[in-house]
Amino acid sequence: MRDVAVVAFAQAPNVRRDSDRNEVEILMPVLHEVREKVGLERDDIDFVVHGSTDFQAGMPFSFVGALDAYGAWPPINESHVEMDGAWALYEAWVKLQTGEIDTALAFAYGKGSPGDLVDVLRLQLDPYLVFPLGIDPIGMAAIQCRAYLEGVGRTEADMASVAVRDRRNGMTNPCAQVTGEFTVEGLLAEPMFVSPLRRHDCPPISDGACAVILAAGDRARDLVEHPAWVVGIDHRIEAPGLGMRDLTVSESTRIAAEKANASGTFDVAELHAPFTHQSLILEDTLGIDAAVTQVNPSGGALAANPFMVAGLTRIGEAAQRVLDGAAGRALAHATSGPCLQQNLVCVLEAREG
Amino acid sequence: MSGATDTGDTDAPADLVTGIVVPIHVEYEYTAGEAASRFLSHIPERRLVGQRHGDHGLVYVPPRGSDPANGEPTDQDVELTDQGTVTTFCIVNVPFAGQAVECPYVCAQILLDGADITFQALIQEAEVSQIHPGMRVEAVWVDDPEPTLESIRYFRPSGEPDATPESYKDHM
Repeated sequence: MRDVAVVAFAQAPNVRRDSDRNEVEILMPVLHEVREKVGLERDDIDFVVHGSTDFQAGMPFSFVGALDAYGAWPPINESHVEMDGAWALYEAWVKLQTGEIDTALAFAYGKGSPGDLVDVLRLQLDPYLVFPLGIDPIGMAAIQCRAYLEGVGRTEADMASVAVRDRRNGMTNPCAQVTGEFTVEGLLAEPMFVSPLRRHDCPPISDGACAVILAAGDRARDLVEHPAWVVGIDHRIEAPGLGMRDLTVSESTRIAAEKANASGTFDVAELHAPFTHQSLILEDTLGIDAAVTQVNPSGGALAANPFMVAGLTRIGEAAQRVLDGAAGRALAHATSGPCLQQNLVCVLEAREG
Repeated sequence: MSGATDTGDTDAPADLVTGIVVPIHVEYEYTAGEAASRFLSHIPERRLVGQRHGDHGLVYVPPRGSDPANGEPTDQDVELTDQGTVTTFCIVNVPFAGQAVECPYVCAQILLDGADITFQALIQEAEVSQIHPGMRVEAVWVDDPEPTLESIRYFRPSGEPDATPESYKDHM
Protein backbone atom coordinates (compact mmCIF):
# COMPACT_ATOMS: atom_id res chain seq x y z
CA MET A 1 0.00 0.00 0.00
CA ARG A 2 1.13 3.52 -0.73
CA ASP A 3 1.62 5.74 2.34
CA VAL A 4 -1.17 8.30 2.39
CA ALA A 5 -1.83 10.86 5.12
CA VAL A 6 -4.26 13.54 6.12
CA VAL A 7 -2.25 16.78 6.10
CA ALA A 8 -4.93 19.41 6.71
CA PHE A 9 -8.47 19.82 8.00
CA ALA A 10 -10.80 22.81 8.15
CA GLN A 11 -14.46 23.24 8.95
CA ALA A 12 -17.14 25.91 9.06
CA PRO A 13 -18.81 26.82 12.34
CA ASN A 14 -21.89 24.60 12.70
CA VAL A 15 -25.12 26.51 13.19
CA ARG A 16 -28.80 25.61 13.17
CA ARG A 17 -29.56 28.06 10.40
CA ASP A 18 -27.14 30.20 8.41
CA SER A 19 -29.70 32.54 6.88
CA ASP A 20 -27.08 34.88 5.42
CA ARG A 21 -24.95 32.53 3.36
CA ASN A 22 -25.75 30.01 0.64
CA GLU A 23 -23.88 26.72 0.29
CA VAL A 24 -21.14 28.20 -1.89
CA GLU A 25 -20.56 31.05 0.54
CA ILE A 26 -20.33 28.62 3.48
CA LEU A 27 -17.85 26.42 1.63
CA MET A 28 -15.56 29.03 0.11
CA PRO A 29 -13.73 30.11 3.30
CA VAL A 30 -13.34 26.46 4.37
CA LEU A 31 -11.75 25.50 1.05
CA HIS A 32 -9.41 28.49 1.30
CA GLU A 33 -8.49 27.74 4.91
CA VAL A 34 -7.66 24.08 4.31
CA ARG A 35 -5.29 24.95 1.46
CA GLU A 36 -3.69 27.81 3.38
CA LYS A 37 -2.88 25.46 6.28
CA VAL A 38 -0.42 23.59 4.07
CA GLY A 39 0.36 26.36 1.60
CA LEU A 40 -1.11 24.58 -1.41
CA GLU A 41 -2.43 26.49 -4.41
CA ARG A 42 -5.32 25.14 -6.45
CA ASP A 43 -2.84 23.92 -9.09
CA ASP A 44 -1.10 21.83 -6.42
CA ILE A 45 -4.23 19.73 -5.76
CA ASP A 46 -4.37 16.81 -8.18
CA PHE A 47 -7.91 15.64 -7.47
CA VAL A 48 -11.04 17.11 -5.88
CA VAL A 49 -13.98 15.04 -4.65
CA HIS A 50 -16.90 15.95 -2.47
CA GLY A 51 -19.96 14.53 -0.77
CA SER A 52 -23.40 16.15 -0.62
CA THR A 53 -27.00 15.47 -1.58
CA ASP A 54 -29.24 17.56 -3.77
CA PHE A 55 -32.28 16.44 -1.76
CA GLN A 56 -30.98 18.40 1.20
CA ALA A 57 -30.21 21.51 -0.83
CA GLY A 58 -33.54 21.16 -2.64
CA MET A 59 -31.81 22.01 -5.90
CA PRO A 60 -30.95 19.68 -8.77
CA PHE A 61 -27.24 19.68 -9.53
CA SER A 62 -26.45 21.73 -6.43
CA PHE A 63 -23.33 19.56 -6.19
CA VAL A 64 -22.11 20.98 -9.50
CA GLY A 65 -22.86 24.50 -8.28
CA ALA A 66 -20.75 23.79 -5.21
CA LEU A 67 -17.67 23.71 -7.44
CA ASP A 68 -18.04 27.48 -7.74
CA ALA A 69 -16.65 27.55 -4.20
CA TYR A 70 -13.46 25.85 -5.36
CA GLY A 71 -13.02 27.11 -8.90
CA ALA A 72 -13.11 24.87 -11.93
CA TRP A 73 -11.31 26.81 -14.65
CA PRO A 74 -9.18 25.58 -16.30
CA PRO A 75 -11.20 22.35 -15.87
CA ILE A 76 -10.18 20.21 -12.90
CA ASN A 77 -9.96 16.49 -12.13
CA GLU A 78 -13.07 16.09 -10.01
CA SER A 79 -15.63 13.65 -8.67
CA HIS A 80 -18.68 13.61 -6.40
CA VAL A 81 -20.40 11.07 -4.17
CA GLU A 82 -24.02 11.33 -3.07
CA MET A 83 -22.77 10.25 0.37
CA ASP A 84 -21.18 11.67 3.45
CA GLY A 85 -17.84 13.29 2.66
CA ALA A 86 -16.08 10.42 4.47
CA TRP A 87 -16.81 8.33 1.39
CA ALA A 88 -15.45 11.12 -0.80
CA LEU A 89 -12.25 10.82 1.24
CA TYR A 90 -12.31 7.06 0.62
CA GLU A 91 -12.50 7.67 -3.14
CA ALA A 92 -9.59 10.10 -2.86
CA TRP A 93 -7.60 7.51 -0.90
CA VAL A 94 -8.25 4.87 -3.58
CA LYS A 95 -7.17 7.26 -6.31
CA LEU A 96 -4.00 8.04 -4.36
CA GLN A 97 -3.34 4.30 -4.10
CA THR A 98 -3.37 4.00 -7.88
CA GLY A 99 -0.37 6.31 -8.01
CA GLU A 100 -2.11 8.61 -10.51
CA ILE A 101 -2.12 11.52 -8.07
CA ASP A 102 -0.09 12.75 -5.08
CA THR A 103 -2.55 15.18 -3.46
CA ALA A 104 -6.33 15.25 -3.09
CA LEU A 105 -8.96 17.45 -1.53
CA ALA A 106 -12.09 15.83 -0.07
CA PHE A 107 -14.84 18.12 1.12
CA ALA A 108 -18.49 18.05 2.12
CA TYR A 109 -21.27 20.52 2.66
CA GLY A 110 -24.71 20.21 4.12
CA LYS A 111 -27.24 22.89 4.81
CA GLY A 112 -29.96 21.20 6.82
CA SER A 113 -31.98 24.36 7.29
CA PRO A 114 -33.67 25.02 3.90
CA GLY A 115 -35.92 21.95 4.00
CA ASP A 116 -37.38 19.89 6.82
CA LEU A 117 -34.50 17.41 7.14
CA VAL A 118 -36.69 14.71 8.63
CA ASP A 119 -39.03 14.92 5.62
CA VAL A 120 -36.08 14.97 3.27
CA LEU A 121 -34.58 11.85 4.85
CA ARG A 122 -37.88 10.01 4.58
CA LEU A 123 -37.44 10.22 0.81
CA GLN A 124 -34.64 7.66 0.98
CA LEU A 125 -37.06 4.97 2.18
CA ASP A 126 -38.52 2.26 -0.06
CA PRO A 127 -41.51 4.00 -1.70
CA TYR A 128 -43.59 0.82 -1.94
CA LEU A 129 -43.17 -0.90 1.37
CA VAL A 130 -41.75 1.53 3.93
CA PHE A 131 -42.48 5.14 3.02
CA PRO A 132 -46.31 4.72 3.14
CA LEU A 133 -46.01 3.51 6.75
CA GLY A 134 -45.24 7.06 7.80
CA ILE A 135 -42.05 6.34 9.67
CA ASP A 136 -39.19 8.83 9.72
CA PRO A 137 -35.49 8.51 10.59
CA ILE A 138 -36.03 9.44 14.23
CA GLY A 139 -38.70 6.77 14.57
CA MET A 140 -36.36 4.26 12.96
CA ALA A 141 -33.60 5.21 15.40
CA ALA A 142 -36.08 4.81 18.25
CA ILE A 143 -36.95 1.32 17.03
CA GLN A 144 -33.25 0.46 17.04
CA CYS A 145 -32.83 2.04 20.46
CA ARG A 146 -35.66 0.00 21.99
CA ALA A 147 -34.25 -3.21 20.54
CA TYR A 148 -30.81 -2.31 21.91
CA LEU A 149 -31.97 -1.39 25.40
CA GLU A 150 -34.12 -4.50 25.72
CA GLY A 151 -31.64 -6.81 24.02
CA VAL A 152 -28.41 -5.70 25.63
CA GLY A 153 -29.60 -4.47 28.98
CA ARG A 154 -28.32 -0.89 28.77
CA THR A 155 -30.37 1.99 30.15
CA GLU A 156 -31.60 5.44 29.28
CA ALA A 157 -29.09 6.70 31.84
CA ASP A 158 -26.27 5.12 29.82
CA MET A 159 -27.59 7.01 26.80
CA ALA A 160 -27.82 10.27 28.72
CA SER A 161 -24.22 9.88 29.83
CA VAL A 162 -23.20 9.90 26.16
CA ALA A 163 -25.00 13.23 25.68
CA VAL A 164 -23.37 14.64 28.82
CA ARG A 165 -19.92 13.59 27.56
CA ASP A 166 -20.34 14.87 24.00
CA ARG A 167 -21.92 18.20 24.97
CA ARG A 168 -19.18 18.78 27.54
CA ASN A 169 -16.46 17.93 25.02
CA GLY A 170 -18.11 20.25 22.55
CA MET A 171 -17.43 23.18 24.87
CA THR A 172 -13.80 23.16 23.73
CA ASN A 173 -14.76 23.00 20.03
CA PRO A 174 -15.46 26.50 18.66
CA CYS A 175 -17.34 24.95 15.71
CA ALA A 176 -19.74 22.92 17.88
CA GLN A 177 -23.41 23.82 18.06
CA VAL A 178 -24.95 22.09 21.08
CA THR A 179 -22.63 22.25 24.08
CA GLY A 180 -22.66 22.76 27.83
CA GLU A 181 -22.55 21.14 31.23
CA PHE A 182 -25.47 18.80 31.84
CA THR A 183 -26.14 15.96 34.27
CA VAL A 184 -27.60 12.53 33.60
CA GLU A 185 -30.32 13.21 36.20
CA GLY A 186 -31.17 16.54 34.60
CA LEU A 187 -31.41 15.06 31.12
CA LEU A 188 -33.52 12.11 32.28
CA ALA A 189 -36.01 14.57 33.78
CA GLU A 190 -36.72 15.89 30.26
CA PRO A 191 -39.83 14.55 28.47
CA MET A 192 -39.72 11.80 25.88
CA PHE A 193 -39.43 12.93 22.26
CA VAL A 194 -39.89 9.71 20.26
CA SER A 195 -39.78 7.10 23.01
CA PRO A 196 -37.33 5.83 24.12
CA LEU A 197 -35.46 8.83 22.69
CA ARG A 198 -35.39 12.19 24.41
CA ARG A 199 -34.21 15.24 22.55
CA HIS A 200 -30.70 14.93 23.95
CA ASP A 201 -30.49 11.45 22.41
CA CYS A 202 -30.98 12.94 18.94
CA PRO A 203 -28.59 15.00 16.82
CA PRO A 204 -29.09 18.69 16.14
CA ILE A 205 -29.86 19.83 12.61
CA SER A 206 -26.90 21.81 11.36
CA ASP A 207 -25.62 23.93 8.51
CA GLY A 208 -21.96 23.16 7.95
CA ALA A 209 -19.06 22.19 5.72
CA CYS A 210 -15.60 20.71 6.09
CA ALA A 211 -12.57 19.82 4.01
CA VAL A 212 -9.58 17.47 4.29
CA ILE A 213 -6.40 17.36 2.22
CA LEU A 214 -4.67 14.02 1.66
CA ALA A 215 -1.14 13.63 0.39
CA ALA A 216 1.04 10.63 -0.43
CA GLY A 217 4.52 9.74 0.80
CA ASP A 218 7.15 12.45 0.65
CA ARG A 219 4.58 15.02 -0.41
CA ALA A 220 2.88 14.56 2.98
CA ARG A 221 6.20 14.60 4.85
CA ASP A 222 7.16 17.86 3.14
CA LEU A 223 3.87 19.55 3.96
CA VAL A 224 3.52 18.91 7.71
CA GLU A 225 5.60 17.82 10.67
CA HIS A 226 3.19 15.14 11.87
CA PRO A 227 1.20 13.69 8.96
CA ALA A 228 -1.81 11.64 10.09
CA TRP A 229 -1.08 8.46 8.14
CA VAL A 230 -4.12 6.51 7.01
CA VAL A 231 -2.93 3.03 8.00
CA GLY A 232 -6.33 1.41 7.55
CA ILE A 233 -9.64 2.34 5.97
CA ASP A 234 -12.64 0.24 4.98
CA HIS A 235 -16.41 0.55 4.67
CA ARG A 236 -19.23 -1.98 4.68
CA ILE A 237 -22.97 -1.82 4.08
CA GLU A 238 -25.92 -3.86 5.38
CA ALA A 239 -29.36 -4.53 3.95
CA PRO A 240 -31.68 -1.51 4.06
CA GLY A 241 -34.65 -3.34 5.61
CA LEU A 242 -34.61 -2.92 9.38
CA GLY A 243 -36.15 -6.37 9.87
CA MET A 244 -33.30 -7.95 7.95
CA ARG A 245 -30.56 -6.97 10.37
CA ASP A 246 -29.70 -7.22 14.03
CA LEU A 247 -30.19 -3.65 15.19
CA THR A 248 -28.49 -4.19 18.54
CA VAL A 249 -25.02 -4.58 17.02
CA SER A 250 -23.23 -3.07 14.06
CA GLU A 251 -21.90 -5.94 12.01
CA SER A 252 -20.82 -3.62 9.18
CA THR A 253 -18.75 -1.57 11.63
CA ARG A 254 -17.20 -4.72 13.04
CA ILE A 255 -16.09 -5.99 9.63
CA ALA A 256 -14.90 -2.57 8.47
CA ALA A 257 -12.87 -2.26 11.67
CA GLU A 258 -11.37 -5.72 11.14
CA LYS A 259 -10.41 -4.88 7.54
CA ALA A 260 -8.97 -1.53 8.66
CA ASN A 261 -6.92 -3.24 11.38
CA ALA A 262 -8.64 -1.15 14.02
CA SER A 263 -7.55 -3.30 16.93
CA GLY A 264 -5.43 -2.36 19.91
CA THR A 265 -5.66 0.90 21.77
CA PHE A 266 -6.32 4.40 20.56
CA ASP A 267 -5.58 7.77 22.10
CA VAL A 268 -8.66 9.26 20.47
CA ALA A 269 -11.81 7.95 18.80
CA GLU A 270 -14.17 10.13 16.82
CA LEU A 271 -17.43 8.24 16.31
CA HIS A 272 -20.17 9.39 13.97
CA ALA A 273 -23.10 8.45 16.19
CA PRO A 274 -26.04 10.76 15.55
CA PHE A 275 -28.00 9.08 18.37
CA THR A 276 -26.74 8.34 21.88
CA HIS A 277 -27.52 4.63 21.76
CA GLN A 278 -25.60 4.37 18.48
CA SER A 279 -22.51 5.63 20.28
CA LEU A 280 -22.94 2.80 22.80
CA ILE A 281 -23.36 0.25 19.99
CA LEU A 282 -20.26 1.54 18.24
CA GLU A 283 -18.16 1.64 21.41
CA ASP A 284 -19.19 -1.96 22.15
CA THR A 285 -18.47 -3.08 18.58
CA LEU A 286 -15.12 -1.32 18.34
CA GLY A 287 -14.07 -2.44 21.81
CA ILE A 288 -13.32 1.08 22.95
CA ASP A 289 -12.07 1.42 26.51
CA ALA A 290 -13.01 4.87 27.73
CA ALA A 291 -10.26 4.63 30.36
CA VAL A 292 -7.57 4.83 27.67
CA THR A 293 -9.34 6.33 24.68
CA GLN A 294 -10.84 9.80 24.64
CA VAL A 295 -14.12 9.43 22.79
CA ASN A 296 -15.41 12.34 20.68
CA PRO A 297 -13.17 15.13 21.97
CA SER A 298 -14.88 17.35 19.37
CA GLY A 299 -18.33 16.66 20.79
CA GLY A 300 -19.18 14.29 17.95
CA ALA A 301 -22.42 14.29 16.00
CA LEU A 302 -24.48 15.13 19.09
CA ALA A 303 -22.74 18.51 19.29
CA ALA A 304 -23.10 19.22 15.55
CA ASN A 305 -24.46 17.03 12.79
CA PRO A 306 -24.37 18.67 9.37
CA PHE A 307 -25.88 15.96 7.21
CA MET A 308 -23.39 14.59 4.63
CA VAL A 309 -20.55 16.37 6.47
CA ALA A 310 -20.37 14.96 10.00
CA GLY A 311 -18.64 11.71 8.99
CA LEU A 312 -15.81 13.48 7.18
CA THR A 313 -15.60 15.84 10.15
CA ARG A 314 -14.90 12.84 12.38
CA ILE A 315 -11.91 11.86 10.20
CA GLY A 316 -10.74 15.48 10.17
CA GLU A 317 -11.10 15.87 13.94
CA ALA A 318 -9.28 12.59 14.64
CA ALA A 319 -6.53 13.47 12.16
CA GLN A 320 -6.15 16.95 13.63
CA ARG A 321 -5.08 15.44 16.95
CA VAL A 322 -2.34 13.49 15.20
CA LEU A 323 -1.34 16.57 13.16
CA ASP A 324 -1.12 18.54 16.41
CA GLY A 325 1.12 15.88 17.95
CA ALA A 326 -1.48 15.26 20.65
CA ALA A 327 -2.36 11.72 19.59
CA GLY A 328 -0.23 8.87 18.29
CA ARG A 329 -3.11 6.69 17.18
CA ALA A 330 -6.64 7.79 16.35
CA LEU A 331 -9.79 6.03 15.23
CA ALA A 332 -12.40 7.69 13.03
CA HIS A 333 -15.81 6.34 12.10
CA ALA A 334 -18.50 7.55 9.72
CA THR A 335 -22.02 6.29 9.18
CA SER A 336 -24.70 6.64 6.54
CA GLY A 337 -28.29 5.49 6.23
CA PRO A 338 -30.88 4.70 8.91
CA CYS A 339 -29.78 2.83 12.05
CA LEU A 340 -26.08 2.60 11.20
CA GLN A 341 -26.76 0.96 7.84
CA GLN A 342 -23.36 1.70 6.32
CA ASN A 343 -20.17 2.30 8.23
CA LEU A 344 -16.63 3.43 7.47
CA VAL A 345 -13.69 2.94 9.80
CA CYS A 346 -10.40 4.78 9.41
CA VAL A 347 -7.23 4.31 11.48
CA LEU A 348 -4.83 7.25 11.64
CA GLU A 349 -1.34 7.02 13.08
CA ALA A 350 1.60 9.32 13.63
CA ARG A 351 3.87 6.63 12.18
CA GLU A 352 3.38 5.29 8.69
CA GLY A 353 2.23 1.74 8.25
CA MET B 1 -52.40 8.74 1.72
CA SER B 2 -51.84 5.94 -0.75
CA GLY B 3 -53.45 2.91 -2.25
CA ALA B 4 -52.67 0.09 -4.58
CA THR B 5 -54.03 0.71 -8.04
CA ASP B 6 -54.05 -1.50 -11.08
CA THR B 7 -52.84 0.83 -13.82
CA GLY B 8 -54.45 -1.39 -16.44
CA ASP B 9 -51.28 -2.68 -18.05
CA THR B 10 -52.81 -5.47 -20.14
CA ASP B 11 -49.52 -7.40 -20.41
CA ALA B 12 -49.20 -7.76 -16.65
CA PRO B 13 -50.69 -10.64 -14.68
CA ALA B 14 -53.95 -9.56 -13.03
CA ASP B 15 -52.51 -9.82 -9.53
CA LEU B 16 -49.34 -7.80 -10.20
CA VAL B 17 -49.27 -4.39 -8.55
CA THR B 18 -47.91 -2.16 -11.27
CA GLY B 19 -48.02 1.11 -9.41
CA ILE B 20 -49.09 2.84 -6.25
CA VAL B 21 -49.62 6.50 -5.48
CA VAL B 22 -47.42 7.82 -2.69
CA PRO B 23 -47.73 11.61 -2.50
CA ILE B 24 -44.65 13.42 -1.28
CA HIS B 25 -44.39 17.02 -0.27
CA VAL B 26 -41.24 18.79 0.80
CA GLU B 27 -40.90 22.54 1.24
CA TYR B 28 -37.64 24.43 1.11
CA GLU B 29 -36.78 27.92 2.23
CA TYR B 30 -33.73 28.90 0.22
CA THR B 31 -31.04 31.30 1.27
CA ALA B 32 -30.13 33.64 -1.55
CA GLY B 33 -26.82 34.37 0.13
CA GLU B 34 -24.86 37.53 0.70
CA ALA B 35 -23.82 38.10 -2.91
CA ALA B 36 -27.20 37.43 -4.52
CA SER B 37 -28.89 39.52 -1.82
CA ARG B 38 -26.66 42.48 -2.66
CA PHE B 39 -27.51 42.06 -6.34
CA LEU B 40 -31.25 41.69 -5.72
CA SER B 41 -31.38 44.64 -3.32
CA HIS B 42 -30.59 46.99 -6.23
CA ILE B 43 -33.32 45.63 -8.49
CA PRO B 44 -36.11 47.83 -7.01
CA GLU B 45 -33.93 50.82 -8.06
CA ARG B 46 -33.82 49.39 -11.62
CA ARG B 47 -30.08 48.89 -11.20
CA LEU B 48 -28.12 45.82 -12.28
CA VAL B 49 -25.00 45.56 -10.14
CA GLY B 50 -22.52 42.83 -11.01
CA GLN B 51 -19.67 41.62 -8.83
CA ARG B 52 -16.02 40.72 -9.28
CA HIS B 53 -13.07 39.53 -7.20
CA GLY B 54 -10.60 42.36 -6.67
CA ASP B 55 -9.98 45.16 -9.13
CA HIS B 56 -9.29 42.96 -12.13
CA GLY B 57 -11.61 39.96 -11.73
CA LEU B 58 -14.24 39.05 -14.27
CA VAL B 59 -17.60 40.74 -13.72
CA TYR B 60 -20.40 38.27 -13.00
CA VAL B 61 -24.12 39.00 -13.24
CA PRO B 62 -26.13 37.69 -11.55
CA PRO B 63 -23.44 36.95 -8.94
CA ARG B 64 -23.49 33.84 -6.74
CA GLY B 65 -20.75 34.80 -4.31
CA SER B 66 -17.65 33.38 -5.91
CA ASP B 67 -15.61 33.74 -9.04
CA PRO B 68 -16.34 30.24 -10.34
CA ALA B 69 -13.05 30.15 -12.23
CA ASN B 70 -10.88 30.36 -9.13
CA GLY B 71 -13.16 30.12 -6.08
CA GLU B 72 -12.39 33.64 -4.86
CA PRO B 73 -15.15 35.72 -3.26
CA THR B 74 -16.72 38.43 -5.44
CA ASP B 75 -16.05 41.25 -3.00
CA GLN B 76 -16.49 44.25 -5.34
CA ASP B 77 -19.70 45.64 -6.79
CA VAL B 78 -19.65 46.83 -10.40
CA GLU B 79 -22.48 49.04 -11.67
CA LEU B 80 -23.80 47.82 -15.02
CA THR B 81 -26.48 49.24 -17.28
CA ASP B 82 -29.73 47.58 -18.26
CA GLN B 83 -28.58 47.56 -21.87
CA GLY B 84 -26.56 44.97 -23.68
CA THR B 85 -25.79 42.94 -26.77
CA VAL B 86 -27.33 39.68 -27.92
CA THR B 87 -24.53 37.13 -28.27
CA THR B 88 -26.59 34.03 -29.11
CA PHE B 89 -30.23 32.99 -28.93
CA CYS B 90 -32.79 30.31 -29.66
CA ILE B 91 -36.32 30.42 -30.97
CA VAL B 92 -38.76 28.39 -28.87
CA ASN B 93 -41.53 26.79 -30.92
CA VAL B 94 -42.57 24.09 -28.48
CA PRO B 95 -45.41 24.88 -26.12
CA PHE B 96 -45.27 23.48 -22.59
CA ALA B 97 -47.38 23.70 -19.43
CA GLY B 98 -47.01 26.97 -17.59
CA GLN B 99 -45.41 28.77 -20.53
CA ALA B 100 -45.59 32.51 -19.85
CA VAL B 101 -45.39 33.79 -23.42
CA GLU B 102 -46.76 32.79 -26.78
CA CYS B 103 -44.72 30.74 -29.23
CA PRO B 104 -42.61 31.43 -31.11
CA TYR B 105 -40.42 33.47 -28.80
CA VAL B 106 -36.75 34.14 -28.28
CA CYS B 107 -34.51 33.24 -25.35
CA ALA B 108 -31.25 35.08 -25.64
CA GLN B 109 -27.90 35.37 -23.97
CA ILE B 110 -27.28 39.06 -23.45
CA LEU B 111 -23.92 40.59 -22.63
CA LEU B 112 -24.82 43.52 -20.41
CA ASP B 113 -22.53 46.50 -20.93
CA GLY B 114 -19.66 46.13 -18.48
CA ALA B 115 -20.27 42.43 -17.68
CA ASP B 116 -18.01 39.48 -18.52
CA ILE B 117 -20.66 36.78 -18.61
CA THR B 118 -23.94 36.73 -20.47
CA PHE B 119 -27.33 37.07 -18.86
CA GLN B 120 -30.29 35.00 -19.97
CA ALA B 121 -33.51 36.81 -20.85
CA LEU B 122 -36.54 36.83 -23.10
CA ILE B 123 -36.65 39.16 -26.06
CA GLN B 124 -40.00 40.66 -27.00
CA GLU B 125 -41.32 43.57 -29.12
CA ALA B 126 -39.42 42.23 -32.08
CA GLU B 127 -40.06 39.79 -34.94
CA VAL B 128 -38.20 36.61 -34.11
CA SER B 129 -36.79 36.60 -37.63
CA GLN B 130 -35.11 39.96 -36.99
CA ILE B 131 -33.19 38.90 -33.89
CA HIS B 132 -29.47 38.33 -34.44
CA PRO B 133 -26.14 38.27 -32.63
CA GLY B 134 -24.83 41.78 -32.12
CA MET B 135 -28.32 43.27 -31.76
CA ARG B 136 -28.48 45.93 -29.07
CA VAL B 137 -31.26 45.46 -26.51
CA GLU B 138 -32.57 47.15 -23.35
CA ALA B 139 -34.50 45.90 -20.33
CA VAL B 140 -38.23 46.53 -19.95
CA TRP B 141 -39.07 46.71 -16.28
CA VAL B 142 -42.34 46.12 -14.46
CA ASP B 143 -43.95 49.23 -12.97
CA ASP B 144 -43.01 48.51 -9.36
CA PRO B 145 -39.84 46.44 -9.36
CA GLU B 146 -39.26 44.19 -6.38
CA PRO B 147 -36.05 42.37 -5.41
CA THR B 148 -36.55 39.57 -7.94
CA LEU B 149 -35.41 39.02 -11.52
CA GLU B 150 -39.08 38.83 -12.47
CA SER B 151 -38.95 42.61 -12.21
CA ILE B 152 -37.42 42.55 -15.68
CA ARG B 153 -40.30 41.65 -17.98
CA TYR B 154 -38.03 41.10 -20.97
CA PHE B 155 -35.50 42.84 -23.21
CA ARG B 156 -36.37 44.59 -26.46
CA PRO B 157 -34.33 46.07 -29.30
CA SER B 158 -32.97 49.48 -28.29
CA GLY B 159 -32.67 50.79 -31.86
CA GLU B 160 -28.93 51.40 -31.56
CA PRO B 161 -26.62 50.18 -34.34
CA ASP B 162 -25.35 46.61 -33.91
CA ALA B 163 -22.34 46.02 -31.71
CA THR B 164 -19.18 44.93 -33.55
CA PRO B 165 -18.45 41.18 -33.38
CA GLU B 166 -15.10 42.14 -31.82
CA SER B 167 -16.95 43.56 -28.78
CA TYR B 168 -18.59 40.24 -27.83
CA LYS B 169 -16.56 37.51 -29.57
CA ASP B 170 -14.95 36.45 -26.28
CA HIS B 171 -18.34 36.01 -24.60
CA MET B 172 -20.12 33.66 -26.99
